[in-house]
Amino acid sequence: MKRQEMPVAALQNGTVIDHIPSNKLFQVVNLLHLDTMKTPVTIGYNLKSKKMGKKSIIKVADKFFSDEELNQLSVITPNVTLCIIRDYDVVEKKEVRMPSELTDIVKCANPKCITNNEPMRTRFRVLDKELGIIQCHYCNREVTLDQVKLL
Amino acid sequence: MENRSLVTIANYTKEKLLYLIEMAHEFELNPNRKILDGKVVATLFFEPSTRTRLSFETASNRLGARVIGFADPKVTSGTKGETLKDTIMMVSNYADIIVMRHYLEGAAQYASEVSPIPILNAGDGANQHPSQTMLDLYTIYQTQGTLEGLNIYLVGDLKYGRTVHSLLTAMRHFNPTFHFIAPDELAMPQYYKMYCEKNGIKYVEHQDFDSHTIADADILYMTRVQRERFTDLMEYERVKDRYLLKKDMLFRARANMKILHPLPRVNEIEYSIDDTPYAYYFQQARNGLFAREALICDALGITLEDIRNNNK
Repeated sequence: MKRQEMPVAALQNGTVIDHIPSNKLFQVVNLLHLDTMKTPVTIGYNLKSKKMGKKSIIKVADKFFSDEELNQLSVITPNVTLCIIRDYDVVEKKEVRMPSELTDIVKCANPKCITNNEPMRTRFRVLDKELGIIQCHYCNREVTLDQVKLL
Repeated sequence: MENRSLVTIANYTKEKLLYLIEMAHEFELNPNRKILDGKVVATLFFEPSTRTRLSFETASNRLGARVIGFADPKVTSGTKGETLKDTIMMVSNYADIIVMRHYLEGAAQYASEVSPIPILNAGDGANQHPSQTMLDLYTIYQTQGTLEGLNIYLVGDLKYGRTVHSLLTAMRHFNPTFHFIAPDELAMPQYYKMYCEKNGIKYVEHQDFDSHTIADADILYMTRVQRERFTDLMEYERVKDRYLLKKDMLFRARANMKILHPLPRVNEIEYSIDDTPYAYYFQQARNGLFAREALICDALGITLEDIRNNNK
């Protein structure tokens, strides 16, 4: 995409999260706690995309997330594009990788699980990264990622 | 401090299981050993379970420990809104070990993470009940002289029955052949059949339940088919009597065959079977005492050698 066609302003320094499915945008916002960010955040919603039809994009100025933070995105949107920008140039492209354990990201689907009845962190083991099957560390219930609710 | 809590025995090695069986056997030879003299065992039953509690409390008493705790959650602060963590932290100031039954799944795992003293899981919802599994293993070993290469028949509710699932998992080290006999609605879940395939456990599924089906059984593990498990009550009425064990079904049985049941039974084992040499469910319940004495000692870091050398 040429620079003059860009619907959102270019970033000098920071992180661009591109190709977010539009219906997942606000989950990404919540997961990365962008609502508490002090630096400028540009959010593009329902933008045209050749690949996806419609997409969303987030640009966060002067913020470089840790891999741990970014890998949490794999729970919602495993296929986003992550670009690290320094002085208007993409200096690094990253892929989201599913971690082997998810701590305090998703809610257990089992209403009788201790995590839904006690003020505590949730923990899940990732059993199958490709099929997105995770298992609660506490009650052992297995769920697929497309069924989980975020905390 | 090393966390010696027992939440599940699913991950125990073959050696560890055989070690605990040996320890249980030591307690069968002599259940009264004052090896826990001066110790305090807390039994916290957030869900009532009379037989499990009595068994744990008897085990503690025969080991010479004092027992504190509650049998009815209504009397605890949980009803005032206290968290499980706070209850555990409070009790851990008083006791050396906590035996806990809880209606929530994962409660034992969580308690073991926050507690400074060992937690012994006496059942957490539909999740784990390791002392039941341990007593089942001990009973099988006691009656067959080995755990290796046995034909184990599981009958009744194989879908929700946590005891049959744990038994299946624990037996994976011992090359068993499982036979599943259950109504369609309560059949062994796909997950456990895949588990068998992954771990090289042989299994056969049966539709019928008669003298021919069970002729090769070494262990016949009966469970209760509960009405409330059925979504279709017509289906329940249709199958409810099909999984009852009757005395006249036993005439082809092997001489070494034993009938086990986690109890309570309702009518799934005909009462006249109690007087046959095949009935073993009451001895099985008695083994709960020895198995629990072993588990309490192991959780407190007391070894088989300590037990053998103890003269009190």
